Amino acid sequence: MKYIDEFRDGDVARRIADRLADEARGDRQYSFMEFCGGHTHAISRYGVSELLPANVRMIHGPGCPVCVLPIGRVDMAIRLALEHEVIVCTYGDTMRVPASDQLSLTKAKARGGDIRMVYSAADALTVARDNPERQVVFFAIGFETTTPPTALAILRAQREGLKNFSVLCCHVLTPSAITHILESPEVRQYGTVPIDGFIGPAHVSIVIGAAPYEHFAEEYRKPVVIAGFEPLDVMQAILMLVRQVNEGRAHVENEFTRAVDRDGNLAAQQKVSEVFELRPSFEWRGLGEVPYSALKIRPAFAEFDAERRFDVGYTPVADNKACECGAILRGVKKPTDCKIFGTVCTPENPIGSCMVSSEGACAAHYAYGRFKDIPVVTA
Amino acid sequence: MNARDDSKGGTVRAGYVRPLDIRNGRIDMGHGAGGRAASQLIEEIFLAAFDNPFLRQGNDGASLAIPQGARLVMATDAHVISPLFFPGGDIGALSVHGTVNDVAMMGATPLWLSASFILEEGFPLADLKRIVQSMAAAAREAGVAVVTGDTKVVEQGKGDGVFISTTGVGVVPHGIDVSGAHARPGDVILLSGTVGDHGVAVLSQRESLEFETTIVSDTAALNGLVADMLAACPALRTLRDPTRGGVATTLNEIARQSGVGMLLDEAAIPVKPEVDAACELLGLDPLYVANEGKLLAIVPADQADSVLAAMRAHPRGADAARIGVVTEDPHHFVQMNTRFGGRRVVDWLSGEQLPRIC
Repeated sequence: MKYIDEFRDGDVARRIADRLADEARGDRQYSFMEFCGGHTHAISRYGVSELLPANVRMIHGPGCPVCVLPIGRVDMAIRLALEHEVIVCTYGDTMRVPASDQLSLTKAKARGGDIRMVYSAADALTVARDNPERQVVFFAIGFETTTPPTALAILRAQREGLKNFSVLCCHVLTPSAITHILESPEVRQYGTVPIDGFIGPAHVSIVIGAAPYEHFAEEYRKPVVIAGFEPLDVMQAILMLVRQVNEGRAHVENEFTRAVDRDGNLAAQQKVSEVFELRPSFEWRGLGEVPYSALKIRPAFAEFDAERRFDVGYTPVADNKACECGAILRGVKKPTDCKIFGTVCTPENPIGSCMVSSEGACAAHYAYGRFKDIPVVTA
Repeated sequence: MNARDDSKGGTVRAGYVRPLDIRNGRIDMGHGAGGRAASQLIEEIFLAAFDNPFLRQGNDGASLAIPQGARLVMATDAHVISPLFFPGGDIGALSVHGTVNDVAMMGATPLWLSASFILEEGFPLADLKRIVQSMAAAAREAGVAVVTGDTKVVEQGKGDGVFISTTGVGVVPHGIDVSGAHARPGDVILLSGTVGDHGVAVLSQRESLEFETTIVSDTAALNGLVADMLAACPALRTLRDPTRGGVATTLNEIARQSGVGMLLDEAAIPVKPEVDAACELLGLDPLYVANEGKLLAIVPADQADSVLAAMRAHPRGADAARIGVVTEDPHHFVQMNTRFGGRRVVDWLSGEQLPRIC
């Protein structure tokens, strides 16, 4: 595949791996967090960590949209489908996120809820147009990547005067989550999570640009390298991070220059700020309440806000006690540190949200990497 | 009264039954009630297409002559697919290929099929006829006869147009013993062609997804290919068609059944560029996408070359490749050396393959 295979070239990977082995100093450890689930997925699927020196460790961050979606939010969508009998449309992965009462959207669908998987917010609009007698709610999740399409859908619904379309907005913001991790006691005070730098988001940065990361590179003295989602992007970004650490620098660097610039997509940003405003606080699964970390629909678009249109209040729900997703999302623990990883909690029967999407740290490790946990005899 | 009845102004021959209105007609509950309407549907659509001596006897079942001492194989498959017509095939052809292939994967020569139809009230007769004719053509091509069948009608909203269930019976040639439990460490894994064609062709037609593609389903009967492979290597250990769940899930099934591990070479697995691109766009992995005209074979290492040559000589195996080896592994992992230079597990498909968000 043109423009794709070039970024998956094994020979180039080995050359970067050799350079990394040369340049990573033997007398220290390097711990980098890849914020995005897309990077987690690439690292696991292509076996990137096998090409890294032993003293370079990747910590999987919380940038997996379905992983950070709290149970209470999925419960709201399920109530909309089962009690308010609306058509709920959402993105694929969201269907399997575990909710209260051992339900998920997939299971609620089996109980008669009209829940449909869509590929875009525009598809949800089409469902609304095609079903004028039914209420249609788009369960909107994701980071800055999926936010502009939701804004456009609301603007279009307004223009068309659609009376049966609304959005359950659960869009969250990347920079505030990174700040939250850097402010967490484990990172700031105890130093139990040594983070030497970040691989910055790929698609999110196309929208928001490179500038938003400059603050915490400066404030927290952590280098950030924005990288694409292909495995060579990740390898190159790790090399750039090792170099910054070795040189004592903490800058925002951009490996993903083919798509990201400093300012991002201004047209998209404008649409987003037209439709959305900041929530003072929002609960993230694993991270808890994070101030100014999510968006809600502005009062001017109130009629398209499912939280206003339907009587569905938010009730926080605690995670399963044995589940370590919270600590895993903060980088404090690894999937294999969790007692129920791979036993009670599997991709078929996810207890925690990290086991749901293949971008989740647990699911990625379970699906692609668990052979490393136990000795395997090979031919 | 004479043979003519002019009382209504027309001319009607005695014994005349107005044929089904294929062009505009639809299935109604009467077609499933077992009366004259049902009988007419069977005659004009099913018997007309499947015609053979077994059906012509008009009995409730087929009486089959079994060669003495023969080992029989029986397999069944239910087909529920949306959309019913897709590039490269339809549910009719698929329902024949699916079962013929299941029988062939046991090393058997498929001979007879049964077919049950669950029709939804309101289903257009024209579509039904098209599907049944496609089944008949597929059966003729595969050399099997549809020897018995059944039709039921469900109320509107209780079906999805048509569901077809087929059962196949075949005879295993003497000396052949193919099973998913026979893979041994050191054996070679062969794949008959490109992966993911069927799944991507069907996805491209889904209502919510319609995208332009030149990819057509690979749906095909594989009994001819299997016969050539068994002729080249009667000691062939395992055959399986990687349908739902794709190559990844099928290999995991075999690994567990045989109590072995597997090591694949990603670079050796043939994928059409169009399929690769569609999967990339949709966030799917071709290894988990369904195939309907491909098979995986596990063969002793010293006979891999001759089987591969036999496969490549057959039109259904022209792109056949050696994709990996069977290993000793108490955990029955299927692993893969990635094109990128790393190694990873190729796990079972869990749930439905859902597209990722980012």
